[in-house]
Amino acid sequence: MKLHLRFFASIRESLGVAQEDIELPPSIKNIADLRTFLMARGAPWSDVLAKDRVLRCALNQQMVSVDTELIDDAEVAFFPPVTGG
Amino acid sequence: MPVRIQEADFDLSEEVARLRQGDGQVGAVAIFIGTVRDLNEGSTVQQMTLEHYPGMTEAALQGIVEQAKTRWDLIDTLIIHRIGALQPKDQIVLVAVTSAHRGEAFAACEFMMDYLKTQAPFWKKEDTPEGARWVDARVSDDQALSRWSTK
Repeated sequence: MKLHLRFFASIRESLGVAQEDIELPPSIKNIADLRTFLMARGAPWSDVLAKDRVLRCALNQQMVSVDTELIDDAEVAFFPPVTGG
Repeated sequence: MPVRIQEADFDLSEEVARLRQGDGQVGAVAIFIGTVRDLNEGSTVQQMTLEHYPGMTEAALQGIVEQAKTRWDLIDTLIIHRIGALQPKDQIVLVAVTSAHRGEAFAACEFMMDYLKTQAPFWKKEDTPEGARWVDARVSDDQALSRWSTK
């Protein structure tokens, strides 16, 4: 599966990456799998995406929960809880 | 039901005049304006920078407007949210709602702000004398949103 990843705000700054295209092994099925897969890259990924950090995730620009199934060619974004307004 | 994301400031009088467009059915206009405070969490705020997620932001705000329109009998709505560098006392956000009567306009305006605060992908970063920092989300914003699920 291919995904287009995007990172925003403090997540983007801590990773030093705003976006990235990625090819995933078939075992990666949902958002939680993807998070674990990215954490396996080691620091800073393992810290920034750590399970005790509160993150939000969007699939094709819709906010989704971690058990949401990934879709081939989708845009997946990770970001901190929003603070606009 | 326009939704605008822009760096430029906005003029309340012009925006409300355009929203009403001389519509004789409008009996109430409720408006909320959010502004930059010069002190937050005990630190002086010298400047604030607003980041957003282009595309998703517009979709999220349109979704908020559509939800409000299903709950209340509204005539029109307007959301303007600024991005980029803002100074203390600058305007950040405008939510305006027109309806026949005030009850619907007040409720919808508050509902739209509560949704925007927790669902629209904006992030604030503050410059303070102690350095730059990302603003943390508030638990009180989630509580404000949860009120509407029981209505």
